[in-house]
Amino acid sequence: MSGRLVLALALGATVLAPLVAPTYHVLLMLPFMAYAVALLGLNLLFGYTGLVSFGHALFLGVGAYTGAFLTSVFKVRSMEVILVAAAALGALVAAPVGALCVRYVKIYFGMLTLAFGMVFYTFVLKFYRLTGGDEGMPFLRPTLLGRSIEGLPKTDYLAGPYYYYSLAVLVLATLVMWRIVHSPFGLCLKTIRDNPTKAETLGIGVARYRWCAFVISAVYAAVGGALLGPPTGNVDPTLAYWTQSGNIVFMTLLGGFASFFGPVLGAFVFIYLQDWVMSVVPFWRLIFGAILAAIVIAAPGGLAGLWVRRPSVEASSS
Amino acid sequence: MILRAEGLRKLYGEFCALDGVSLAISAGEFVSIIGPNGAGKSTLVNVLTGVLRPTAGAVTFRDRDVSGIGPARLARLGIARSFQLVQVFPDLTVLETLQAAVVSRLGHGARLFASLAADRAVREGALEIAELFGLGRKRHVPARHLPQGDKKLLDVASAFALRPQIILLDEPTSGVSTADKTAIMETLVSASKRIGVQAIIQVEHDMDIVFGYSDRIIALHEGRVLADGPPAAIEADRRVVDTVIGRRARAR
Ligand SMILES: Nc1ncnc2c1ncn2[C@@H]1O[C@H](COP(=O)(O)OP(=O)(O)OP(=O)(O)O)[C@@H](O)[C@H]1O
Ligand SMILES: [Mg+2]
Repeated sequence: MSGRLVLALALGATVLAPLVAPTYHVLLMLPFMAYAVALLGLNLLFGYTGLVSFGHALFLGVGAYTGAFLTSVFKVRSMEVILVAAAALGALVAAPVGALCVRYVKIYFGMLTLAFGMVFYTFVLKFYRLTGGDEGMPFLRPTLLGRSIEGLPKTDYLAGPYYYYSLAVLVLATLVMWRIVHSPFGLCLKTIRDNPTKAETLGIGVARYRWCAFVISAVYAAVGGALLGPPTGNVDPTLAYWTQSGNIVFMTLLGGFASFFGPVLGAFVFIYLQDWVMSVVPFWRLIFGAILAAIVIAAPGGLAGLWVRRPSVEASSS
Repeated sequence: MILRAEGLRKLYGEFCALDGVSLAISAGEFVSIIGPNGAGKSTLVNVLTGVLRPTAGAVTFRDRDVSGIGPARLARLGIARSFQLVQVFPDLTVLETLQAAVVSRLGHGARLFASLAADRAVREGALEIAELFGLGRKRHVPARHLPQGDKKLLDVASAFALRPQIILLDEPTSGVSTADKTAIMETLVSASKRIGVQAIIQVEHDMDIVFGYSDRIIALHEGRVLADGPPAAIEADRRVVDTVIGRRARAR
């Protein structure tokens, strides 16, 4: 099956899901789509630039808290304003954090991002009066494209308008990211991932490109974070905790960082598998962890790698 | 004078790899740097191209002090290089590698939302170099699948794709058979003419190549310049013959 066909089928199924699938599973698509947006960004850094961030929950948190503040403190309900503000704040926070982190590579980069993530987590937890501490803040129902949808029961709102709104954001984010990775800029990122020394001698300023990739990935994570708010209606510090950072890195590995859509697939499998395991077994974390470990061992290139590798093997044997 | 180095010193910890090296390269010159293993040839190339910072001394490029500005800015100013230990982008194809160099040269790297495939200037620039270096038919092969000789060629070709004013090649023909060496050298020379490279500096162990192509030879030994002059003078220099060229070459 060609990639385009699979993509078209997946998109078609996603569009039709609210009409045919049980509401419960439709609602699980919401965090999937939000994480998918964040992962597209994370993978620009990971798969395309070769930097693994263990602190991206920081930007999920920035996005989600932006929405919570705007809706519950500033009475701004427009989801478009929230998304733009989340993106802007994500970039604003990422600019100095990134400038510091991209001076380091490999595990040092990872640890530094982790440290910044911890700082942010502690900040939202301890500045109780500003952030509500561990209880978090309400993320009030936003208006979509200027239309207030107050009348609708919450589930209908989420499984209907909000679902399609999230899908539209995901599609748009995907198109933009597709452009970025296939641009001259994207090519420069790949040279840095493959061989920074060589890239530098070709006149490609490694630190600057890494910084740009970092900021873009933070913008994506912040937009994803903002999308995560409405389904729960509440934003709390667990969203910014380091285990979240670990989860999104894991989703990326699970799906396959070497492929554009791999991380999106990873988010999908992670979320539905987690939900299913939680519902059928006690000690679900144990089982879930074991299943994930087994997948990663069996498919080191991620799930997308299983599928992508086949054509290249055929090509080389012909 | 395009490139000038004055009093370069490079210490690795206690060890002194370059001990007061001065040299000057003029437009139109093909200069070979020779010397026994460990003489400091690669260290010199690395210092001249900004990959290593000298412990002391200065490098000037077209009357501009470029010491310590780093390889990326030097590359944009017009100094390109290839490596002794071949450096490629394993997952990028030949074409992508050359495109990256052209993107960098044309300053298209800031184009976030433009299509690389539709960038004709970049594509044509890359294809031209691929053809010049005989890599045209392999343009869609990822670098990691290339044979060693082609990797070396790609490393060199990508430096040429920058259309530099001066190019430094650290053993461009090492690990290649004698027959192929001459072919590579011919490619290098004709590519330089096509592109308008003003000076070539190469590190080379093969004395046939060194004496066959150089306008000038610089002999290094233990981090110092032992001799610097035209091939005839180098060949007549006893100290160079004893320490660098060896008896075999003298008998020639
Ligand atoms: N990073 C380093 N740390 C410590 N010593 C080094 C380092 N790089 C090189 N050296 C030492 O410095 C000396 C000069 O090294 P260099 O690589 O410049 O020699 P070379 O002339 O290029 O030799 P070859 O012909 O083997 O390539 C050698 O003795 C080498 O062992
Ligand atoms: Mg060397």
